[in-house]
Amino acid sequence: MTGWGVGMGKRIVQITVNGDTTEFLCEPRQTLLEVLRNTLELTGTKEGCSNGNCGACTVLMNGLPVVSCLVLAVEAAGAEVRTIEGVARGSHLDEVQSAFLEGAALQCGICTPGFIMQAEALLARNPQPTEEEIRFYLAGNLCRCTGYDKIVRAVQRAAQLRQAAQQNGRS
Amino acid sequence: MHNFEYQAVATLDEAVQLLEQHRGKARLLAGGTDLIDQMRIGRHTPEFVIDVKKIAELNRLDLATDGLYVGAAVPCYRITGHTELSRQYAALSDSCCIIGGIQIQSRATLGGNLCNSGPAADSIPAMIALGGSCLIRGPAGSRELPIESFCTAPSKNVLQAGELVVEIRFPPRAPRSGSHYRRMIPRNEMDIAVVGVGASVELDESLSHFVSVRVGLGAVAPTPLLAGAVADALAGQPVNGSSFARAAEIARQSIAPITDMRGTREYRIHATGVMVQRVLEMAVARARGEDANYRVGH
Ligand SMILES: Cc1cc2nc3c(=O)[nH]c(=O)nc-3n(C[C@H](O)[C@H](O)[C@H](O)COP(=O)(O)OP(=O)(O)OC[C@H]3O[C@@H](n4cnc5c(N)ncnc54)[C@H](O)[C@@H]3O)c2cc1C
Ligand code: FES
Ligand code: FES
Repeated sequence: MTGWGVGMGKRIVQITVNGDTTEFLCEPRQTLLEVLRNTLELTGTKEGCSNGNCGACTVLMNGLPVVSCLVLAVEAAGAEVRTIEGVARGSHLDEVQSAFLEGAALQCGICTPGFIMQAEALLARNPQPTEEEIRFYLAGNLCRCTGYDKIVRAVQRAAQLRQAAQQNGRS
Repeated sequence: MHNFEYQAVATLDEAVQLLEQHRGKARLLAGGTDLIDQMRIGRHTPEFVIDVKKIAELNRLDLATDGLYVGAAVPCYRITGHTELSRQYAALSDSCCIIGGIQIQSRATLGGNLCNSGPAADSIPAMIALGGSCLIRGPAGSRELPIESFCTAPSKNVLQAGELVVEIRFPPRAPRSGSHYRRMIPRNEMDIAVVGVGASVELDESLSHFVSVRVGLGAVAPTPLLAGAVADALAGQPVNGSSFARAAEIARQSIAPITDMRGTREYRIHATGVMVQRVLEMAVARARGEDANYRVGH
């Protein structure tokens, strides 16, 4: 059994963020959201409610969508984390990002990184979701501006774009 | 958030030992979807947080011939993603697919839902209906307890110093049985139950009479409860409207709801009757093998 470490000390935590293995120093009380934004300076992940209700801080941890405000940074040791910064391929937006942009599925934009990460998780699991499946899967993400319809349509469009890209890739 | 120490333990013995060592000052962490916010708002200020989700026993998910075994740290998504489990123990899967949104279900565990012991916790009435029991491990060894005996008051339960929940066990499903959990909420998703009802039924060979019935109720008393009188009244009775109505009436009399911002006492009593009837109908349809595809919010 390992000890509690040195006093109420900081911990060194190793994680993989968007494909890069990195280490950071944190206190057990810091959330993954805090560390992503303040220590790793990945400020694309947004803070809304800080209590798990709004989904603005959604990231993928070992492929699963989680609200990073309800994950302790120390819990992420050894995990693969994907944030909004890891979605675009170089300077090319991916299908979900393009569909949000073209479909004007955002106004103030604070909810957008969370919605995009959640949509990425959905499309990875279910490449052709129905409208009902999209609405259910995105129920943990709140948006004060758009009224949701444009977001749902953007996810449908992203699914089409991705399917088309895959078919082109195959032919 | 206040300062605390954190340790992820690998074995049950370590968890029990640390709980003992830091008696009253430690709290267990599973998915953190209750605890982390409770620490953030200062409701709980443990000096030690013991992460139990790496303990092998707590991650067990076995659908065996002698029943279903769900480790306390198994997150909801593993339950809803298990097709055969979701078919046989439908009420459990129904409850797990509405605990928070998808992000919460990636982390929220059955053990955490049980041990947080909220009156409106969604999985508890479902576990009660399915005849679940929990295996508890502590300094003095292990004990097993029916789920309906676990919670003692809002946010309170039977766990003694040094004890933790290891797994939840369910008996095998009888032939011609079906189950369902549903809650009444003002929205389709992401809300706390005004009334939550879990039911499990077993029918006779003609599919026309109840052999046995179990109903668990949530959000209508200080703890989730087993409506034992409903079971007694329906055993051996025909499956028809008057049996459903009788079950609803008895359930309404079994509860002690409060008035709060989600509903008045009178509303909860009325809604309990309506929900018991609907949930029993769905459980019967499933027991009969009818196409009973339940869509959340419909
Ligand atoms: C946005 C949001 C929406 C939610 N929606 C719902 C909902 O719809 N329905 C619902 O029922 N709940 C809901 N919850 C509450 C919460 O997600 C659930 O209660 C969840 O199941 C808790 O599990 P956890 O693993 O995250 O628990 P944790 O937060 O890790 O732990 C909860 C409590 O249980 C104790 N504990 C954990 N594991 C054990 C163990 N093995 N033995 C002994 N004690 C243990 C902890 O010490 C703590 O006190 C919601 C929460 C959020 C943030
Ligand atoms: S900031 Fe995490 S869910 Fe709102
Ligand atoms: S665009 Fe403003 S909250 Fe969604």
